[in-house]
Amino acid sequence: MIPELGHFALILALLLAATQAWFGLAGASRGNVAWMRAAQTAVAGQWVFLLVAFGLLVWSFIQFDFSVRYVAMTSNSLLPLFYRISAAWGGHEGSLLMWGTMLGTWSVAVAALSRSMPLPFKSRVLGVLGLVSVGFLMFTLFTSNPFDRLVPAAADGNDLNPLLQDFALAIHPPMLYLGYVGFSVAFAFACATLIEGRLDVDWARWARPWTLAAWLCLTIGITLGSWWAYYELGWGGYWFWDPVENASFMPWLMGTALIHSLAVTEKRGLFKSWTLLLAVSCFSLSLLGTFLVRSGVLVSVHAFATDPARGLFILGFLVAVVGGALALYTWRAPALKSEAGFELLSREAFLLFNNALLIAATGLILIGTLYPLFMDAFELGKISVGPPYFGVAFLIPMVPLVLLMSVGMHASWKRSRIGPLQNLLLGLFAAAVVAALLVTKFVYGEVHFMGVVGFTVAFWLIASTLVEPIQRWGAWRTLPAGFWGMTLAHFGIGLFALGVTGVESYRIERDISLGVGETTTLQGYDFRFEGTREVRGPNYQAVEGTVVITRDGRPVTTLRPQKRYYASGGNPMTEAGIRASLRRDLFVALGEDLGAGKWSMRVQYKPLIRNIWLGALLMALGALIAASDRRYRQPVRAAVPKAAGRMAREGAR
Amino acid sequence: MKRNLRFLIPAALFAALVGFLFFGLYNDPREIPSPLIGKPAPSFSLESLANPSRRVGTTDYQGRPYVVNVWGTWCPECRREHEVLLSIARTRAVPIVGLNWKDDRALAQRWLKELGDPYDAVAFDPEGQAAIDWGVYGAPETFLVSADGTIVHKLIGPMTWSIWQEEFLPLINSPGGRS
Amino acid sequence: MMRALLLALLLTLPAAVFAIDAEQAFEDPAMQERYERLTRELRCLVCQNQTIADSNATLAQDLRREVRELMAEGKSDQEIHEFLTARYGDFVLYNPPVKPRTYVLWAAPALLVIIGLGAAMAVIIRRARAARDNPDSLEADNETGTP
Repeated sequence: MIPELGHFALILALLLAATQAWFGLAGASRGNVAWMRAAQTAVAGQWVFLLVAFGLLVWSFIQFDFSVRYVAMTSNSLLPLFYRISAAWGGHEGSLLMWGTMLGTWSVAVAALSRSMPLPFKSRVLGVLGLVSVGFLMFTLFTSNPFDRLVPAAADGNDLNPLLQDFALAIHPPMLYLGYVGFSVAFAFACATLIEGRLDVDWARWARPWTLAAWLCLTIGITLGSWWAYYELGWGGYWFWDPVENASFMPWLMGTALIHSLAVTEKRGLFKSWTLLLAVSCFSLSLLGTFLVRSGVLVSVHAFATDPARGLFILGFLVAVVGGALALYTWRAPALKSEAGFELLSREAFLLFNNALLIAATGLILIGTLYPLFMDAFELGKISVGPPYFGVAFLIPMVPLVLLMSVGMHASWKRSRIGPLQNLLLGLFAAAVVAALLVTKFVYGEVHFMGVVGFTVAFWLIASTLVEPIQRWGAWRTLPAGFWGMTLAHFGIGLFALGVTGVESYRIERDISLGVGETTTLQGYDFRFEGTREVRGPNYQAVEGTVVITRDGRPVTTLRPQKRYYASGGNPMTEAGIRASLRRDLFVALGEDLGAGKWSMRVQYKPLIRNIWLGALLMALGALIAASDRRYRQPVRAAVPKAAGRMAREGAR
Repeated sequence: MKRNLRFLIPAALFAALVGFLFFGLYNDPREIPSPLIGKPAPSFSLESLANPSRRVGTTDYQGRPYVVNVWGTWCPECRREHEVLLSIARTRAVPIVGLNWKDDRALAQRWLKELGDPYDAVAFDPEGQAAIDWGVYGAPETFLVSADGTIVHKLIGPMTWSIWQEEFLPLINSPGGRS
Repeated sequence: MMRALLLALLLTLPAAVFAIDAEQAFEDPAMQERYERLTRELRCLVCQNQTIADSNATLAQDLRREVRELMAEGKSDQEIHEFLTARYGDFVLYNPPVKPRTYVLWAAPALLVIIGLGAAMAVIIRRARAARDNPDSLEADNETGTP
């Protein structure tokens, strides 16, 4: 009964989404106020039914309803409650329902929180969101229904993939989807603007906090995934440039470009068509990511169960949504011109460089990820493009970007006014180089070229972000949230760069075999293996090793890495033993029992690695603070024409 | 007009991308073509599965075309193709040489006894060394070697009668196939 | 129906289980380091995107053994790569070789940066000229006081 109700709720949600789309778009074009208002009601209705459907699905999981095929596939009678709930989004069907629910949530938020927006524009935004919802819900209902019954019902389920039975990984998909789906808001704003043929840039101001919100969710989602991979997979890596990872990273990079571009468009009315294109592209990349993960086109550890039929549907959906938006763009963009000027070293110029480099980075990741497909299509053979390529390629736009960031954040709008700060920044740069050389030599013992480059870039950025807060010491209370958000986010990038440099240049990884009582040494830390014992968990049994770490004879910590064997079968899972600190991580993962008490294990020294995730979290926090800036909650004032003539006429239209 | 053309670039790029993705849907990214096609078959000389004191090797088949079939008792698809291999063996078109890969000798011998033996001889490769030389990455895989010792075709996945007729037989019957 | 379920079962079970080499490490730490680097650049062909260092698939173990033996024989990195690509093609290398068919791939990052920065420069110069010739354009604004 419950699954059928859920199914029914989903159908109602689809119908309401269609209503929302119709009333939103047709209502606006006909100027029918009743219709436009109806669209807002439809959004609320859609959301309610989506919540009902999702709630009923979760309920089916909690109640061990193995007559529902999806529950049987991804759950199990021994699964603890928390993971029964998170299993709801652990597989393809449920994750799609979550996508749809998130889309409904963002739509309802836009409807509720946009009081200052003119009704026709708002209706068009909701209309576009409605169309996207219709596509998604149709895909869910027709190809991936989570409420399908299993007849006869299974006696017990297969179990949730043990890899997913982890807190961070339970939260990772919802955060990611919030981000991916959140970019649909900027997308809808852009489409509404294009549909209306608007020449002003109010949309940019409305879109900015929404984009920041989506971006920060995506940042957290990606960070959780990276952190999880590090401690859960036993490999000690934090990023593999896997196609699905790349699929999440590309919208992030483009979202970063969008946030910065929106600033320019909002402030100076510049790059209107470019920013619109970025807004469309961000969400397009989100959809592309969905396609790549679920279609079987690329080989990935993350891919869901794949099916060409589903892939075809998503591709069709992608063509409809993105193709439609690009058609609008091609139609309207030529009319969007602006006359504003700016000087060579102005903020606008730096933001333009920011965009150019971020787009270059996105482009190279796209090319690298799809290159095997390109070559296959032209029958040029099969190749693999992996970390050795991306690790090098990605630095090419990134190093210049971070360097420019350190200067650009101080640039003024319109005019080149870096002059007074020039000496300070140069001085800080010199100091950064010296600090980098000192750190590499005396802390890590080896002056590694990329290490020096990385530390210089990171130190300089960190110092640069601190310049303004320090200079404006007394006036902190007058500084807007936007400023603090930006400063924090850029500081976060500095920490991130610090972490990446430390780990990539100075990490030590060893695969060794140790017998009981034997020791291995890494960077001055002695790892002594003390043997293993058996432990038991709620749905697994494990072998737990004990490794005592000392340094110069003084105890540092005791690590207890495990190898878990889940009751539902499958390969054993490694739970690494990690001693964490901001300065360095010490990492041990158990390998194989080699007999006679000897075990193979992976021992690692990872300097500064925690800064990677801390930096990312600070970026997200910065975005949150920036989005809370009071100015976004003020109604848009009519553009004050500072220059006579064309600007005034443009604004009035 | 010319100025407006550049606004078409995003749409054009997108169209190209969609084209590739469409291709990708019907393409298996994990099927790896063999770089050994057209090259001399790597030689091997291994213990016979049936009798450890005898050896089976590529030199035994010099001068005539033959098929090498990689299999193991642990491989469910190998079981599926076994019937087909028996039928092919009955036609006596070419000898089928088995390469028993990463397997247990006793299990493999029993398998052949129970299901039938389509092989002219079976080489026992528990270490997988010969398999690596032949670029084997999964089972079942089937190679066609021509009379002059060149690998002319490789099948990844289970053999079926139609594949045998459409892909292997024409190559066997062509001038280069037979000695 | 059952097959679909079995297939789903296979696909929901952990595909990526990371392995740790059970073999004895090389005595020479430089050799061991080289071994670890090599195995991290080679792809496990049966896995869903893992290196042979990280996969515990049988083929990955066999290939790791193969790399050890080749190293012990004194083969260079280049020779080891060639040994494997002769048998498995370029797919086995995570670092794509630089060949005519991959020129676009390797040139792309630098090219994209150059084109991007070039386009940005072109726009900046145009706008700076506009600002110089027409000071009013510098004033054009949509609001004030934003970061």
